[in-house]
Amino acid sequence: MQSNRTLEIGTGLFVLLGFAALLFLTTQLPASGVKFAGQKVGYHVSAEFDNIGDLKVGSPVTMSGVRVGEVSSIRFDSKVYKAVVNMRIDPQYNEIPEDSFASIQTEGLLGGKYVGISPGGLDSYLKDGSHIDQTQSAIVIESLVNKFFASFANSKGNVGGDSQGTDKPGKGPVKAEPKK
Amino acid sequence: MNPRRPGTYLLGGVRRLGSVTIFLVQLLIQCVPALARPRLLVLQIYNAGARSLIIIMLSGLFVGMVLGLQGYDLLRRFGSEEALGIAAALGLLRELAPVITALLFAGRAGTALTSEIGLMRATDQLTAMEIMAVDPLRYVAAPRFLGGVIAMPLLTAIFSVIGLYGAQLVGVQLMGVDRGVFWSQTQGAVGLHDVNEGLVKSIVFGLACSLIAVHEGYHAEPTAEGVGLATTRTVVASSVMTLLLDYVLTAAFL
Repeated sequence: MQSNRTLEIGTGLFVLLGFAALLFLTTQLPASGVKFAGQKVGYHVSAEFDNIGDLKVGSPVTMSGVRVGEVSSIRFDSKVYKAVVNMRIDPQYNEIPEDSFASIQTEGLLGGKYVGISPGGLDSYLKDGSHIDQTQSAIVIESLVNKFFASFANSKGNVGGDSQGTDKPGKGPVKAEPKK
Repeated sequence: MNPRRPGTYLLGGVRRLGSVTIFLVQLLIQCVPALARPRLLVLQIYNAGARSLIIIMLSGLFVGMVLGLQGYDLLRRFGSEEALGIAAALGLLRELAPVITALLFAGRAGTALTSEIGLMRATDQLTAMEIMAVDPLRYVAAPRFLGGVIAMPLLTAIFSVIGLYGAQLVGVQLMGVDRGVFWSQTQGAVGLHDVNEGLVKSIVFGLACSLIAVHEGYHAEPTAEGVGLATTRTVVASSVMTLLLDYVLTAAFL
């Protein structure tokens, strides 16, 4: 009888653990927006961006490189055609000026995106439900490169018009520093 | 018959393959009536699964921690430590968890199956059952086979989760990768098909390892030496089969 009990409890525990693990792998791991560290505290602020790049829920929110919170949700507002990013700020950072500036930046060369907040100068502070008005979108490298080549081609065309126009495109030395 | 001749080896191999295939078919037929005796099945799930739990969890933890360390060291060179979660999760789910679990299963549960059934054969217990018109395939082999097949995917899932926790332990707690980034990047990169790949692999490995273990035991030479040899063959054949099938399955999934 005793060994029967051990057998049943052991098997039950094993099957339970196994299915719990399977459930975790199939539902929690691939899906996003799952809280891992239980109930989070802090206050929420929102900001609108034209382009968030590959910012994800859970990405850090930093001030001067120090983590002060995280991105709690991201949605697309079809009225203003912008991405609305909700951020949860840790409660001890409760004196962030209301006119602060939020920008999406990249960690390292290939790293993930995060939201950086630069403080403004007002005496009133962000509180739960506040909205950050001044934002800068993620810099998309492809569009940057496109812009560079576009302005390079323009300046190249001007320079080519002045000279005899013999130098082949793309082969001559870079003469003009393209400026925006 | 001269055992040195290559033809003999070849013929022996073909014969063994045929014997395993016939055995598999007989076993599968007996699996249905074996389900009618859940008591026997539960006992085998306990033997193959629950008693392998400690070794699987311990191995999973350390494999995950090593993945965390190695992955961090490698990814730091490219300045993308945040990708550690992705590397660990995909590595564990797709490859490491099914393969290492199968290897451990062959060593821990497969050998026990083979020697148990082999000793039953050597001490004429199987013959006695046959005389009493009790099919040993149904009452001895099939529950053990099914137990292994059921236990393997569950063990693999546990291995994956514990391994991921180990990687998180090293990456986040020790090396200082951001926790939110670690999980959000992992969740963004891991798809359901990655989980499926691991699951399918573990089921196939479970079938192969259990079949080899039961077959070797059932057809062991009824001597002390024969049972020992059969146990060795179980480990060797299961391990080789696991790695071989792993390549085939990976190629099929990619």
